[in-house]
Amino acid sequence: MNKLTISFCGASLEPRPSGALWWPEARLLCVADLHLGKAERMARRGGGLLPPYECAETLGRLDTEIEALSPEVVICLGDSFDDGPAAESLSEAHCLWLARLMAGRDWIWIAGNHDPAPLSLSGRHLGEFVLGPLSFRHIAQADGPTGEISGHFHPKARVGGVRRPCFLVDRRRMILPAFGAYTGGMDLSAPEIAGLMQSNARAILTGATQAVLPMIAA
Amino acid sequence: MSTPLPPIFHEWFSSRGWQIHPHQQAMLEHAAAPALLLVAPTGGGKTLAGFLPSLAELSNGEHEGLHTLYISPLKALAADIKRNLSTPIGEMGLPIRVEDRTGDTSATRKKCQRADPPHILLTTPESLALLTSYEDAPRMFAGLSRVIIDEIHALAESKRGDQLMLSLARLSTLAPRLRRVGLSATVDDPQAIGALMARHPDPVEILQADPGPAPDIAMLETETPPPWAGGGGRYAIPAVLEQVRQHRTTLIFHNTRAQAEIFFHHLWLANEEGLPIGIHHGSLSREQREKVEAAMVEGRLRAIVCTGSLDLGIDWGDVDLVIQVGAPKNVKRLVQRIGRANHRYNAPSKALLVPANRFEIIECQAALEAVREHDLDGAPRGAGPRDVLCQHILIAACVGPFWSDDLFAEMTTSGAYAGLSRDAFDACLDFCATGGYALRAYDRWQRLKQRPDGLWQLRDPRAAQRIRMNIGTIQDTDTLKVRLRNRGGGKPLGEVEEAFAASLTQGDTFLIGGQIVRYEGLREMTVEVTRHAAQKPKVAVFAGTKFASTTRLMDRILAMLQQPDWPDLPAHTRDWLRLQSELSHLPQRNRLLVESFPHDGREHVCVYGFAGKNAQQTLGLLLTRRMEDAGLHPLGFVSTDYATLIWGLEPLRDAAPLFARETLQEGLETWLAGNAVMKRTFRASATIAGLIERNMPSARKSGRQATFSSDILYDTLLKYEPDHLLMQITREEALRGLVDFGRIEEMIDRVEGRIDHIRLERVTPFAAPLLLEVGKVPVVGAGRERLVAEEAARLMEAAGIGAADPGSLA
Repeated sequence: MNKLTISFCGASLEPRPSGALWWPEARLLCVADLHLGKAERMARRGGGLLPPYECAETLGRLDTEIEALSPEVVICLGDSFDDGPAAESLSEAHCLWLARLMAGRDWIWIAGNHDPAPLSLSGRHLGEFVLGPLSFRHIAQADGPTGEISGHFHPKARVGGVRRPCFLVDRRRMILPAFGAYTGGMDLSAPEIAGLMQSNARAILTGATQAVLPMIAA
Repeated sequence: MSTPLPPIFHEWFSSRGWQIHPHQQAMLEHAAAPALLLVAPTGGGKTLAGFLPSLAELSNGEHEGLHTLYISPLKALAADIKRNLSTPIGEMGLPIRVEDRTGDTSATRKKCQRADPPHILLTTPESLALLTSYEDAPRMFAGLSRVIIDEIHALAESKRGDQLMLSLARLSTLAPRLRRVGLSATVDDPQAIGALMARHPDPVEILQADPGPAPDIAMLETETPPPWAGGGGRYAIPAVLEQVRQHRTTLIFHNTRAQAEIFFHHLWLANEEGLPIGIHHGSLSREQREKVEAAMVEGRLRAIVCTGSLDLGIDWGDVDLVIQVGAPKNVKRLVQRIGRANHRYNAPSKALLVPANRFEIIECQAALEAVREHDLDGAPRGAGPRDVLCQHILIAACVGPFWSDDLFAEMTTSGAYAGLSRDAFDACLDFCATGGYALRAYDRWQRLKQRPDGLWQLRDPRAAQRIRMNIGTIQDTDTLKVRLRNRGGGKPLGEVEEAFAASLTQGDTFLIGGQIVRYEGLREMTVEVTRHAAQKPKVAVFAGTKFASTTRLMDRILAMLQQPDWPDLPAHTRDWLRLQSELSHLPQRNRLLVESFPHDGREHVCVYGFAGKNAQQTLGLLLTRRMEDAGLHPLGFVSTDYATLIWGLEPLRDAAPLFARETLQEGLETWLAGNAVMKRTFRASATIAGLIERNMPSARKSGRQATFSSDILYDTLLKYEPDHLLMQITREEALRGLVDFGRIEEMIDRVEGRIDHIRLERVTPFAAPLLLEVGKVPVVGAGRERLVAEEAARLMEAAGIGAADPGSLA
């Protein structure tokens, strides 16, 4: 498959079909909104008992990317767990799996709105993180710095009759799609998203065909 | 034992100059029956017949609390019945309180009804299921004596009926002497409906009212013959308009909403004298529909173009003609539609059929004969669906702790679930309690828990509220509201399916509510449009129901084709049949006709399976897969109720191996799994079974990104646990619904390998119309991905950016 490379604020970045973002120069992998433990949280609150394979699926995807890229730095861009208790109740097998993925890497947990409390997991726990021209945080700030990379909104675009998670990028900021298995999406036309992006912003689809299209048309 | 009619009733009847119909009298005489089914044509005073015993029993004022529960499939019908009952009750001064309770009833009113129920409560299956979920249900229903189920023939065909019967099983536990009364339109097999409604294994008594005079029904004669292919019946507009002129009020039924819209559009263009004509279908907004209904009741409309949305319900009064456009597909539904004309007892209903194309002439003729011979078609529904069972286990848990043995015993008194095995029940209970997954992940958070004493109960009693909010089996398809732009929150024009909305680009025009509108954009999940004065709209393809013709009707057509001549058919159609017989074969019931021929530079294969549209469509998918494997390079196919036409690059040499049962079965297994039909079916079943919640206690708006598509759950289960209960249910449902593989199997059984493969030099008379059919399905592999890429490139270009390297952005 052709690799898609975009030049963003002086950094050369690769949005991956999986929804992860790869910065080869810094050997940095960034994923947003894993929402681990979502099924468990729903069950705890008396909702439907969803298929309990969501952590395995999300960790599996992350494993695949790490295996393929061998990053030195991994940034989880917030909402890595669906809530505080969900982080505590990760099964032993999944804890071990995660520990294996983290071993030998600089692992950064950015706080999200779902999981603001300090986590019991190892790795660095930060509100935001700056590296070179890029700054990483969970929610985009209205007047945030140039080179801001964030998650939170789970953008999705529809094109050719299908609806897929997508990256959004303009000259100043980039918003990542949700990487977690049990995550939904927000339409690009939603004012919360549309208001953040410049009019010439583009959407880059996840999935086998990494189509690039103007955000206003999607 | 019968319920005698007090003298005051006789006086009231004679004061109105009425006589009690024989079937109304019979209902009184059989009032003590534990299960009683009345089959009567529309307009036979059926509803009054149902209520008379209740009114008589209540007339002495001695009964305290709820006596009779009336259930109808339509909210509007409940309100209508309340009005109708108030006349006899008021005029006779009976001490009877009647109230209705539907989704539209206020919360205060509903609360009062539970504390102090009326004598007669009119409600819907969903509202009843909700009522039975409250802790005070035992008190409310303790004295219940009769339950009347109106339009039971319609309910019996859907999960709403299964839900209702499970609720009745609960009511019979609460009120063991409860009598059940069903009111049905004319059906093929009253015994089957009786078995569904009676408390198993109680017998059911069936009363057949005088069916009244035979309907006056014929094919509409037109100057131009119908076209070779397609639907819609546009060619017949002048003749239809002439009929509208000659009658007081005409109902013009269509099989799909899109066809109704298109027909209405053209009817209106041809309606030079401006006859008042309206349109009514399920995609229109409630306001729009209510406006048309009101105009209809006041007799202000000369015609209504409509769909199944008018199949049931309110007495429209002055309808004196029903026109069915397009083959009726189903004789039973045709008879019920015809009954909409002349809602008066003992007056023949008048109806005209308008075949939309040549093949439908044959089908219409077959349907006419079936109506005359009272040969109605019915499809057995099979065992009760387990997703509904799961919902009722949760409903039972809302009431309070329960014994699983008791619940199993209660549920198996419901006809559809009489054959339910204990294992199957236990699997459903386990699903409700733990999710039923191989990975036992929810030990701490089970939804239902078994207490040390063995009783089952909700782990968290607050879950009851969530369960109650999601009661019901009706599925909203994914539709988006359509509004006029710049009418700040103005009332919607109607709804279109999400997939249709996704296919629109700015400037496209389509029909909705009889007007042409221009698509401007999607805003906040609303389709924004402006009015547009175009002549030719882009076709509105929002689906509505797509019916497949019934097995019985197909059999009649096959029988007709075997006649030596067809004196009842128009000359052009007879000639067409003769020509087919000369150049190829006419299809036969116990053989499968397969034609192959070159046409227009492509090789074609035509398979006359007569299995109904859905099954023929599935057959097309399975056969093209096989042909792909065999290197025949199929490129696409198209299906109708009768046949599937496949085109490709290589000629078919040997048809027989394609139709081996195992081959088709195997193809089905692999193809089904990734299919969109399966995902849609899964969503419906997962919602009914309580896995997915449609309604949440906190406002949904707060986190739109939090709700995710059920497709994700389907994909996850397919990958990790393909044999999970919900996947089993999904497979069952799809096979009897949209995939309709059962009818392919039926066809294979019927044919038993007698395949007539005829190789011809050119297209045959029967195959030719198929070349003109719409709805061609391309055979895709990587096609979908290519479509996405091309569409994106087009959008980039349109935006003036060009499909250039995205890196140039910086």
